[in-house]
Amino acid sequence: MENSMIRDEAEVLTNKEIADGVWRMELKTKLAALAKPGQFVMVGTHSDSHLLMRPISISEFEKDDNILRLVWRTVGYGTNEMAAARPGEVFSLLGPLGNGFPVQDADNKKHILLIGGGIGAPPLLGLMKTLRETHPADEITAVLGYRGKATGLFLTEEFEKYGKLVISSDDGSVGTHGTVIDAIRENGLKADIIYSCGPMPMLSAVKKYAAENGVRAWISLEERMACGVGACLGCVVKTKHEDHHSHVNNARICTEGPVFDAEEVEI
Amino acid sequence: MNTEVKIAGVTFKNPVMDASGTFGSGIEYSVFTDLNRLGAVVTKGVADHPWPGNPTPRVAETPSGMMNAIGLQNPGIDVFVERDLKFLEDYDTNVIVNVCGHSKEEYLNVVERLADEKRVDMLEINVSCPNVKEGGIAFGTRPEALYDITKAIKEIAKQPVIMKLSPNVTSIADMAKAAEDGGADAISLINTLTAMKIDIYKRKFALANKTGGLSGPAIRPVAVRMVYEASHAVKIPVIGMGGIATAEDAIEFMMAGASAVAVGMYNFHDPTAMIKVIDGIEDFMKKTGVNDIKEIIGCV
Repeated sequence: MENSMIRDEAEVLTNKEIADGVWRMELKTKLAALAKPGQFVMVGTHSDSHLLMRPISISEFEKDDNILRLVWRTVGYGTNEMAAARPGEVFSLLGPLGNGFPVQDADNKKHILLIGGGIGAPPLLGLMKTLRETHPADEITAVLGYRGKATGLFLTEEFEKYGKLVISSDDGSVGTHGTVIDAIRENGLKADIIYSCGPMPMLSAVKKYAAENGVRAWISLEERMACGVGACLGCVVKTKHEDHHSHVNNARICTEGPVFDAEEVEI
Repeated sequence: MNTEVKIAGVTFKNPVMDASGTFGSGIEYSVFTDLNRLGAVVTKGVADHPWPGNPTPRVAETPSGMMNAIGLQNPGIDVFVERDLKFLEDYDTNVIVNVCGHSKEEYLNVVERLADEKRVDMLEINVSCPNVKEGGIAFGTRPEALYDITKAIKEIAKQPVIMKLSPNVTSIADMAKAAEDGGADAISLINTLTAMKIDIYKRKFALANKTGGLSGPAIRPVAVRMVYEASHAVKIPVIGMGGIATAEDAIEFMMAGASAVAVGMYNFHDPTAMIKVIDGIEDFMKKTGVNDIKEIIGCV
């Protein structure tokens, strides 16, 4: 067992609503020094009646400054409690957890495509930043799907810092009217490696697109979790091949994932 | 100050262990918890062949607790022995292997396979999982069936046998008695309570299995009552569990009649929960002048 995960009491430095119901929090934690793009943390609530920690993907990390940035959408008690947090408040974190995106798979690739849908976009920002360390900006393109202008775009300026940004929206208010796949086609984008995170229908479309084009796609999955560390077997996904842990083609999303080769998982 | 307890001839350095299914085999949580400090590691249920478990979602949060319907996914006894038991060889703690099966034969296969495994100190027989359709709870909700399976297991088991009881019965005392009559060396309770949760916006069940097992502090008073009733019905030792979060909770179960206790769902809330319970029990003993933890067992 690798000792790369820790438990830490992390202090909130900043917390802002960056789009309708979408929040971005900066936390001071030594966990940031251990993080890789695409990993996640479990965040404890302050409530005695909501006892499970919440899995939240890591958007960005500053190793030298011990800063972790989380971006999430409010959907229930835990995410609302995080949204209400003021600077100085402390959250229990467990992490970094999961495998993260295999960054080295982009080595020698010239057309790196990052495909994000809605609240799936944030972890791709940390990935894009990391990829930019080894690739020129014109080799990296992020394709992000949003609902539309009314609910707000988020993180677009940050993504633009590290490469090209292409946008699609459900209502056509910005970028391509349609899905991220429509945006890829409309802009004639090429891919020799894909990294993706977003809602299940989008990931299925990405899997299909990648198969049609003979490109490997790494997709990040989510599922209800209890422990987050691989003990409870609450979060599993059916896999094509037998994994080393379950031996029943039911890999743990929290541990063998959350990032999987799209070909490998039945979604 | 003595925190040692003895169950069926096996000595525990303290009465605190994990509840099966919430801690894997300790491999993952060993990063946060020194397994050497635990009275025992109770492993997740293992069968004679790999089980895929239920579809997802398998877990849901509920007030002060959670529901699960994992369906006893496990890699089968061969992988378990090679990987999990081998891992536990390095630790100075008791190992209790939780055994599951769809039929009497499947239970016996696992018990037989483990008979000569020196690292196994005790067996806990899961006849109370509410989330598998055949076997499991079918053996744990009728006294005659529980008596039969206990007797059959005892005939071939080389380690002491703990029967893990379901709370989803009319009389826990009758079930405890059936296990004792079948020859069980100890009983553990409670397993989870069968429950249901509905997502009213999606008009769907929260769990793919529709029903699941409820655990966590929400069920604690039910568990305390059942531990009390069971321990008064039998002479064999009782291991108490159900929503234990703190040392105070653990002590409550022991006063109700438990010789040892297990922390379950709360491990997910705080991966160091068991260590805090162990330290807290020692603090309580100091503060209240208890020299031997055995003094408080069933003291109410």
